[in-house]
Amino acid sequence: MKYFGLIWKNVWRKKVRTSLTILSVFVAFLLFALLSAIGYAFKGGQDAASAERLITIDKVSLINPLPMAYKNRIASTPGVNGVTHATWFGGYYQDPRVQFPQFPVDPFEYMSLYPELNLAEEQLDAWAKNRTGAVIGQEIAEQYGIGVGDRIPIQATIWTKADGGRTWEFDVEGIFSTDDPRGSTAFLLFHYDYFDEARAFGKGSVGWYIIGVEPGQDAAQLAKAVDIQFANSPNETKTSTEQAFAASFAKQFGNIAMIVTLILGAVFFTLLLVSGNTMSQSVRERISELAVLKTLGFEDRTVLGIVLSESILIMSIGGLLGLGLGWLLVQGIAQQMAAFLPGVFLSPQAMLVAVGIMIGAGIVAGIFPALKAMRLSIIEALARA
Amino acid sequence: MSEILAQLTGVSRTYQKGKERVEVLHNLDLEVPAGDFIAIMGPSGSGKTTLLNLMGGLDRPTSGAVQVGDAVLSSMSNSQLSHWRSTNVGFIFQFYNLLPVLSAQKNVELPLLLTNFNAKERARRAGIALDIVGLGDRAKHYPRELSGGQEQRVAIARAIVSDPTLLLCDEPTGDLDRETAVEILTLLQTLNREHGKTIIMVTHDAQAAEFANRTMICDKGTLEHQEAA
Repeated sequence: MKYFGLIWKNVWRKKVRTSLTILSVFVAFLLFALLSAIGYAFKGGQDAASAERLITIDKVSLINPLPMAYKNRIASTPGVNGVTHATWFGGYYQDPRVQFPQFPVDPFEYMSLYPELNLAEEQLDAWAKNRTGAVIGQEIAEQYGIGVGDRIPIQATIWTKADGGRTWEFDVEGIFSTDDPRGSTAFLLFHYDYFDEARAFGKGSVGWYIIGVEPGQDAAQLAKAVDIQFANSPNETKTSTEQAFAASFAKQFGNIAMIVTLILGAVFFTLLLVSGNTMSQSVRERISELAVLKTLGFEDRTVLGIVLSESILIMSIGGLLGLGLGWLLVQGIAQQMAAFLPGVFLSPQAMLVAVGIMIGAGIVAGIFPALKAMRLSIIEALARA
Repeated sequence: MSEILAQLTGVSRTYQKGKERVEVLHNLDLEVPAGDFIAIMGPSGSGKTTLLNLMGGLDRPTSGAVQVGDAVLSSMSNSQLSHWRSTNVGFIFQFYNLLPVLSAQKNVELPLLLTNFNAKERARRAGIALDIVGLGDRAKHYPRELSGGQEQRVAIARAIVSDPTLLLCDEPTGDLDRETAVEILTLLQTLNREHGKTIIMVTHDAQAAEFANRTMICDKGTLEHQEAA
C-alpha cells in the first residue's frame, strides 16, 4: 500500500492517454457485463431447469399438439412421479409489444411439479376455485403494476374463442415468486379447463407434458419408456430432461454462448493491444526515472511490481466502472426485456470472472514493459538520460 | 578523519564495446577516510563516473575489491546491493533526476518507502531534510515549479533523508550558474562539516573542487595525482 501513491501518480502522468485507455477498458467491460447478462438469459433457463423433470413433446415439432389422452398412459409408466401439461398461449397484454408467456395448466398438478415457485396456499386455492382465475409471476406484477384482485385482458394471437372473440379475461388470484435468481417468473398461468372449453379449435390437446421422475429412477430410461409407448402412433413423442429441452429451445436462436465468446474475445484482444501499448510507452518515457528508483535502492522485483500494478490499476479502474454501469443497465434491461427474454442477469460468477479478467489482462498487458523495467541497467539508463 | 570508510583495492573495470575491450579503470587503489570531502577531476572518459558507480554499488569491478564500511560491495548480489544503497549511500546527479509526477516532499520521501516508517514518520523526516537544504516552504511544489538550484537542493534532501554516511555527487553543479553552484557547494560543505557526511564529488569545475578537502585527478583509468586542497 505504501507504493500506491507512487503508482497512482505514475498512472496519471499522461492524463489524456490514461483516460483514453481507461475508456477503452470501460467499454470492453461494459460490453462484457451486457453480453454476459444476455448470454445468461439463454443459458440460465438451462441452469434453472431441473434434471429431475422430463418434457414430452411431439417428435416432429414442439408446435404440434399432443392428445390429452396421453396423460394417463404417461402417468401409469413405472418411474413417473406425477405428470402435468402446459400449452403455449401466445397472447399479449394491452399492446402487441407487451408480451409475456401465458400457459394454460392444471393448478395443483403444475404447482406440485414446480416446487421452486412460491405461491401462497390460499392464493393457489383461490385460483383453483375460479375458472377464469390466473396467477402471475412477481416480475410481471412489478413491471406492469398488476395486483391480486385485478382483472386483466389478454389478447389471443393463436387461440381464438369459440365465439370468435380474441380477448381472454383473467382474475389475478395470486402472485408467485422464486428464490432461484436464475429462474424467471415472467409468465402467467391460468386454467386449462377454461382454456379447453372456450377455445375454438384444438380441443383435447396440450402443448407438452411435464413428467416428474421418481427419486432413484434413471431419467434417460424413463424418457425411452415414455416414448416407446407412443411409437408408430399418429403423435410420436420425444421425451428429454427439462435441461436438455431448455438447451435445444435456446439453440433455436443460434449458439449464443459462442457468439458472446467470440465478440468478447475480439474486444479483449484489442484491449490488450491498446493497454499493452500504453504501458510500453509509459515505461519507455521514464527509463531514467526507473533507473533513479533502482539507484535509491528499489529492488528489481519492486520495480517489476510497481509497473505491473500500474497496468492492473488502469484495468481495474476502467473495468470496475464498466462493470458497475453494466450492472446498472442490466437491471433496467432485465425489467424491460422480462417478457421477451426472461432471466437477463449479471451473475456473481460473471462478475468474479470479470475481476479475474481485469487482473489477468493487467498482468498480460504490463508484463513485458515490467520485465523491461526490471532488467534495466542503472548505468546504461542514467548514461542515456 | 582517521577511520577508513571506503577502500578500493586493485580495482579494474573493463567494458566490452563491440569487439573492443575498453579498460576504464586500471588496478586502482583508493582509501577514503570517514568524514572526508573529496573532489575527483579529470577529462571526459577518464573513469570518474565509473569510480563513483563502483563506490555506490551500482557497478561491480572486473577485478579487485570495493569495500564501504563493513560491506564488500564487489561480492554482494544485486538484491543485497539494492538494500545496501537504500541505507548507506545518497546519490546526487547533474540533472537532479527528480520524479516530475511527485512533489518535492514526495520525491524526498522516496527512499523512505523502502523503510518500515509509517506515512507520518516519512513525511516528518522528509520535512526535516527539506529544512536542512532550505526548502521547507517548497515542499508541495513540483519539480517543474522549481528553479534548477532548488531542484538540486531537493535532490540533496532526497540523498540525505535516509541519513547515509556516504554521498556520491556526479557533477552536482554542472547544470547550474555560478552563483547557484556556489550555494549548492556551500550546502555540500555544510553537510560534510556539520553533519559528518563523507562526500565524493566528480566535477570538471576547478572552482567547485576548491570546496572539497582534497582533489584527486583521474586520468586514463588511474588516480594519477593527488594534492591538498
